[in-house]
Amino acid sequence: MDTSAFGGCAPSSAICARGIVRDFQAGQSTIRVLHGIDTDIKSGEMTYVVGESGSGKTTLISIMCGILWPTEGEVKVFGTDIYALSDTELVNFRLENIGFIFQQYNLIPSIDAAANAAVPLIAKGMAIEPARQKAIELLDALNIGDQAQKLPNQLSGGQQQRVAIARALVHEPRLVVCDEPTAALDARSGRRVMDLLRDVAVAPDRACIIVTHDNRIFDLADRILVLEDGRVTHDGTEMPEDH
Amino acid sequence: MLWIAIRMLTGDKQKFYGLLFGIAFSTLLITQQLTIFVNLIERGASGVFNSPEAEIWVMDPVSRTTEVRYEMPSTALDEVRSVQGVEWAVPHLRGTAAVRTDQGDLEFVEIIGVDDATLIGLPKNMVEEDKSVLSQVDTVIIDDVGITNLFEEGENPIGQRLELNDQRAVIRGIADSIPSFTSQVVLYTKYSQALNYVPGTRNRLSFVLAGVSEGETPAQVADRIEEQTGLKAETRDQIAQAGVDFIIENTGIPVNFGITVALGFVVGVAIVGLTFSLFIRDNIKQFGALKAIGVTNSSIVKMVATQATLVGFVGYAFGIVGTVIFIWGFSGNPTFKGFYIPWQIPFVSAVAVVVILAITGYLGLRSVLRTEPAAVFR
Repeated sequence: MDTSAFGGCAPSSAICARGIVRDFQAGQSTIRVLHGIDTDIKSGEMTYVVGESGSGKTTLISIMCGILWPTEGEVKVFGTDIYALSDTELVNFRLENIGFIFQQYNLIPSIDAAANAAVPLIAKGMAIEPARQKAIELLDALNIGDQAQKLPNQLSGGQQQRVAIARALVHEPRLVVCDEPTAALDARSGRRVMDLLRDVAVAPDRACIIVTHDNRIFDLADRILVLEDGRVTHDGTEMPEDH
Repeated sequence: MLWIAIRMLTGDKQKFYGLLFGIAFSTLLITQQLTIFVNLIERGASGVFNSPEAEIWVMDPVSRTTEVRYEMPSTALDEVRSVQGVEWAVPHLRGTAAVRTDQGDLEFVEIIGVDDATLIGLPKNMVEEDKSVLSQVDTVIIDDVGITNLFEEGENPIGQRLELNDQRAVIRGIADSIPSFTSQVVLYTKYSQALNYVPGTRNRLSFVLAGVSEGETPAQVADRIEEQTGLKAETRDQIAQAGVDFIIENTGIPVNFGITVALGFVVGVAIVGLTFSLFIRDNIKQFGALKAIGVTNSSIVKMVATQATLVGFVGYAFGIVGTVIFIWGFSGNPTFKGFYIPWQIPFVSAVAVVVILAITGYLGLRSVLRTEPAAVFR
């Protein structure tokens, strides 16, 4: 694929975003949330997107993982110009390549942990039982294999978070996107989850983006992007001192 | 994904049972009310159903039904017999009389005079005794439902004497008949005997019942009778329909039942719509997450359709079973004697259920499909 239109994305880029602008309508007025962001996310790294509430970090990752159309700009994920795909192709692309960990987990309350973790496999057409077995193997690796038969409301917050992680990884996606994964956890549990994520979600051919404003875990990042008012104000391996 | 859809639905037991209740209640209300309605109005034709041998009913041109009639001169019988294609023709008298019971009560009964020789005009089956008892003097046969109006429970009507318009009558048999619309007591007797029981004018013949020769159709012969005699001749189906139509046109029953059926539909839409939209609203984040993960809109549509189908199928089954239990439970009650559920009624209920679920499913789906996957990050 020709990469020149993207301002020269590096071949190692998991995500290459160029000129990302996003406007939202608020009544009669238009609010610009992102102001022409150019950034690359590299494979093998755990990248944090950090910023105050309303800085545009959630909007940015929504666009980077193909669930929110940019007003302007282009995004390439593992070499695919995702917004050039048809709706169905984009949905299938997400299913094949992206794993999501949501802040509120969004587990389905009426199916057990194993089935919840198996959802992406079932969505890909795998039969229920083999999908559950594969999910249980992953839950075992996350040390909650013994909770596989339990419903989400029978699990603690940390356990639900692990089920959500298993769901994000069970189909072996190349990009894992996490939204505030530690927001509902105490400091110790938060660090454990982040260590876990680093172990399972970071690999040479896999990228992991985490949106957070939890300063307790900033030291665990390989790279930190700081967003302020819809612009990247810092891109480095550590947080700037004034934050 | 359909398995997940079903688990999502059945996992929320409160809403699942609420949805089932809504559909079952609607189905029950619609099916049960329509069943009662159809069976009640069909009783407008009970006189026809109780005389199964008659293929053609001949009457005065102003007569409309078995109950709304104008008597003819007795010569009409011979006129009908002379028409080509008429295999047989017998006189049939219908009238009312006052009965004084042993307890001193007064009851108005319908007297039906059947042909003396052939007994055509009697119901097909007897509950007690044989049709031949009519050959005995002063004999009447009472309809089985009428017994409950004239006699105390457990009292044996056989051998009981009645005073019919100052004439003696003895009940010597019980007929298995379909009750009339008003459930009035019916007494069957021979035509010659009925002339004594029913006071009247010169003309006493209510109907001529006729059968057609082989190779002829009742409609053809009825037309021929009308042409040749100037009387009104209707086939069995025509006069039965006229009885039903008369009740529909002259009573408020269709409107009343129609209102109840409409209420059943509205209640169904309200309960199911409300519960289903609550179910969708409670699961909107999960649906959003599924969309983000990579579940297509068409899969979401199939999931909601599966949920609606499951609720519809189970709820409908409960509603139909409820109606069957109701009809069966009341089958011993004379009012409900012979009630049945025509296949068209469950079909109508099924259509109503499909419409209810289509409306509520569409409303639920709309909000799911409108949900942006990005909403799960907010």
